Amino acid sequence: MAEKTKSGPSRILEAKGMTKRFEGLVAVDSLDFYIPEGAIASIIGPNGAGKTTFFNCITGFYEIDEGEILFNGSRLHGRSPDQIARAGISRTYQNIRLFNNMSAIENIMVGQEPHLKSTWIGAILGLPSTREEDDHTEDRARELLHFVGLEGKGDMLAKNLSYGDQRRLEIGRALASQPKLILLDEPTAGMNPRETIETTDFIRRLRDEIGITIVLIEHDMRVVMDISEHITVLDYGRKIAEGLPADIQTNSDVIEAYLGRGAAAATVEN
Amino acid sequence: MDTLRSQTSRTVLALGLLSGAFILFTGAVGMIAAFHEREVVDRFISLGQLLLLIAPFVTGYFVASRLHEYGEAPAQILVAGLAAGMLTALPSVVLLLFNSDEFRFLLFLVLRLAPFVAASAIAWGRHQAGADTQTVIGIWLLIAVLVGIVTFSFALIFEIKGDLRSVLVNIDRDWVEVITFDNRKDLPVGIATFGLVSIAAGFAGCMLHLMPNVPRRALIYGLGITALVGAFGETARLILQENVDRDTLREIFRRDTLRQHAALALFVISTAAGFFWAMYGSQVRQSFDNIDTSNRRRLNMIGLVIFVAFMLLLPWLIGRTLSDVAVTIGIFVLMGLGLNIAIGLAGLLDLGYLTNYAVGAYILAVLTSIGPLGLFKGTFTFWMVIPLALLAAMFAGFIFAVPVLRMRGDYLAIATLGFGEIIGKLAISDWLKPLIGGAQGVQAIPKPIFFGAELKNPEQLYYIVLVASLVCLFVSIRLNNSRTGRQWMAIREDEDVATAMGIDTARAKLLAFTLSAATGGVAGAIFAAKVGTVFPNSFTVFVSINVLSLIIVGGIASNPGIVVGAIVLIGMPELLREFAEFRFLLYGALLILMMIKRPQGLIPSKIVTHEHQSGVKAKLAAAE
Repeated sequence: MAEKTKSGPSRILEAKGMTKRFEGLVAVDSLDFYIPEGAIASIIGPNGAGKTTFFNCITGFYEIDEGEILFNGSRLHGRSPDQIARAGISRTYQNIRLFNNMSAIENIMVGQEPHLKSTWIGAILGLPSTREEDDHTEDRARELLHFVGLEGKGDMLAKNLSYGDQRRLEIGRALASQPKLILLDEPTAGMNPRETIETTDFIRRLRDEIGITIVLIEHDMRVVMDISEHITVLDYGRKIAEGLPADIQTNSDVIEAYLGRGAAAATVEN
Repeated sequence: MDTLRSQTSRTVLALGLLSGAFILFTGAVGMIAAFHEREVVDRFISLGQLLLLIAPFVTGYFVASRLHEYGEAPAQILVAGLAAGMLTALPSVVLLLFNSDEFRFLLFLVLRLAPFVAASAIAWGRHQAGADTQTVIGIWLLIAVLVGIVTFSFALIFEIKGDLRSVLVNIDRDWVEVITFDNRKDLPVGIATFGLVSIAAGFAGCMLHLMPNVPRRALIYGLGITALVGAFGETARLILQENVDRDTLREIFRRDTLRQHAALALFVISTAAGFFWAMYGSQVRQSFDNIDTSNRRRLNMIGLVIFVAFMLLLPWLIGRTLSDVAVTIGIFVLMGLGLNIAIGLAGLLDLGYLTNYAVGAYILAVLTSIGPLGLFKGTFTFWMVIPLALLAAMFAGFIFAVPVLRMRGDYLAIATLGFGEIIGKLAISDWLKPLIGGAQGVQAIPKPIFFGAELKNPEQLYYIVLVASLVCLFVSIRLNNSRTGRQWMAIREDEDVATAMGIDTARAKLLAFTLSAATGGVAGAIFAAKVGTVFPNSFTVFVSINVLSLIIVGGIASNPGIVVGAIVLIGMPELLREFAEFRFLLYGALLILMMIKRPQGLIPSKIVTHEHQSGVKAKLAAAE
C-alpha cells in the first residue's frame, strides 16, 4: 500500500461543495466527500442518484457548476478529460465502451497514451526511438493482457470478445495508463455469481498488488459490503451517509432511501 | 406445393419486371441509344444491344439460382427463364407500342370510352344488387364525371403533345432503332425480334446456371472477358498499338472495334483459360498456401518487383492517350489516399476536400505562371513550388479545421461542405480576380522541368504522380501503424473514450486534417501543371464527391481499394466516352448498389482482417 503522508490519513480525492446542474435539475448537490488513498471505496445509491454524473464530473466530462475537486491536493476541475487522464485517473464505463474495431492489444496500447512520447514525424521516418517505444508499448500491453487474464486473445477484435472478457479488457485498458486512481462503473453488472466473485477478487488484487486506489459504483450490495473500506451513499445528488460498511448497513437514512420510509422505521424498530 | 408455386411466380415476376424497368429506364435516359454508338464486336453487336442482352441474361441467371434454392425442377427453371426474359422485354414493348400511331389511337379511344364503360359496369353491378333506379343513375353520373375528368384530361394532353417525345426526349428514333434491332420501319417484326432476343437471353442465363460448375465458370470468364475487351475496344487497341505491328493490329481491330474472328478467338482463348482455372485454380491456390514462410517471402518479393516494374513501365505499355488517363486517375488516387487519412483513419467525414486541391492548384498557378497573372514570371519552378503548395494546403487545412474541431459526424460533413463551397465561390469572385483571374483563371503554367528536360507529356507526368502517390501511401501506412494511427482509430471508434484515455483529440484531429490537406495540395499542384491552366470550373463540389465516392466504392481505409475505386469511377468514364455523359448516374447507382450489397467496398480494408489473423507484430513487420 502507498505510504501515509504526514498530515493525517491522506486523501487522494476530495471534493468540496461540488454541484452539477442540468437545466434546473440538480444532479449533484453541493457534495463534500473524500476518498482515502489506497482504499477501495464504493459509491452507492438508488437509480438516478447521480453516481455516474459524479464520475463524469471527476473525469472532466462535465464541468461542475460550483465547488472544487482536488486530486492529491491539486485542482482537478476546469481541466480537460485528457489532462485529467494524464494526471492519473482512469475509468471504465457502465455500458462497456471499448474501441470495438481495434484488437484487444491495441485497446490497451491506446490506454498507455499518457506515457507515450513518440511523434508522427518519428513514425514516418521510422526513428529508432519511436520503434523502441512501439515495441515497449506492445510488450507492456501483452503483460497487462496477461494480468487481466486475456492472454492469447490480444489479436481478437474487441467486439468479438465475450462479455466477461470485454469487462476485463476495459479494466486492462484503464490500468494501462498506470493510474493512481481508477473509477469502475458497475464492474460486475451482468455477471453471474461466479464471475462476480472472480471480479471482486480481481479488484482486491489490483489494490493489493499494484496499490491503486479504487472507487466503485456498484449495485450488488454483497460486492459492496464485501470489498469496500469506505462507502459514500448518494440520493438525489446529495450525500446521505458515509463511512464503513457496518455503519452504512444500519444507517436509517440509507435504508429509507433504498426501501422507503416505512421500511426504515420497521428496520429501526427491529 | 401451392406456396412454392406462388413463391416461384412471385420471384419470376419481381426479377423480370425489375430488369424490365432497368431496360426501360436506361432507354428513357438515353443510355441505350448512346451506347449503341459503340460497337463491341464489329458488325455484330453494339454496347447498347449488349445492355439489352445482359439484363435478361443476368435476370435469367438469378431467377435460376433462386428457383434452384426453392427446389424447382430444371424444366420448370428453364420455363421460368423464358418468362423472365419476356417480362424483361415487356415494359419496353409497351412503350414501343405506345410510340406507334395505331396504338396511340387505340389508347385515345380507350381513354375516351373508359369513364362510360366503368360507370356502366359499376351501375350494372349496383342494379343487380337491387339498388333503386335513382341511386343507380346517380352512381352512373358520378363515376362517369369523376373518371371522365381524369381520362379526358389525359386524352387532351396526348392530343396536344402528340407523342411521348416531348416528355421523354430520349424515346426517339434512335432508341426505337436499337430496341427493335434495326427494324424500325417494320414494328411488329422489331417487337418480335426484341422479345425473342430477350427470351433467348433469359433462357441462356438459366441454362448457364444449370450447367455443371466447371464449364459454367469457364463460360462466365469467356463471356465476361470478351464483352469487357469489346466494350473497351478503344483502350485495348491503344494498348496493343504500342506493342504489336500495324498489320496485326488491323487484323484484330477495325478502327476501335474488335473484328468478329478476333472476338471469337478471344472468347475461345479466355473460355479455355477459364476452364483451366476452374479445373485447377483451387489446386494452385492450395499449393500457394502450402509454401513455407521463407519461400513465400521470396515469392512476395518477386511479386513486388514485378509490380514495381509494371508500374514503372506502364506509360510505355499503354501509350500517350492512356497515360493521360493514367495521370488523371493518379491525381485522384493521390487525393483518395489523402482524404483517406481524414475519413478512413481518423473517421472525420470531410466533404470540403476540394479546398486543399484548389489551394494547391492556385498556388502553383500564381507562382509559376509566365502569363499576365504570374507573380514571378518563371522565377519559381514546379519543384520549388510543390513544397510551397503543400505547406499552403496544410495551412488552409489547419485554418478550416480549427472551427470544426468540436463537430462530429454529419455536422462536420456539412460544415466542411460549406467551406468547400466558399472556396469555389472565392475562386470565381471579382474580389480575387486581380490575383487569380476570376472565371478566366490563370493561364500559361509551364510544365515541370527535370534536369533540363521539360516533362510535357503525360508519360512523363505520370512519374510525378506515381512518386507522390507512393510517398503518400508510405506515410499513411507508417502513420497507421504508429501511435498516431492508434490515436486516430480510437477517435474514430469513440471520441469521448479516446479523450478519457488521455488523447489530445483536438491535436490528433488537426493533424489528420492537415496531413490530408497536404496531399490534396500536392494533387492540385500536379493537376495545374498537367493542364497548364487553372480556372474555377475545375473546383466544384464534384471534386470532393468524386474523391469520397472512390474511397467508398473501393473500401474505406483500404489503399488498394482506393486505386480500384479511382480506376472504376474516374478511369472508366474517361476510357468509355459514352459513359461520361452518365457518369453521375453511374456513381449514384454504384453507390446504392455498394451500400446494399457490399458496404465494406470492392476491396475491403485488410487492416481489420490482418489484425485478426496475425496481430500487431506482423503489422509492424509489414510496415518496414
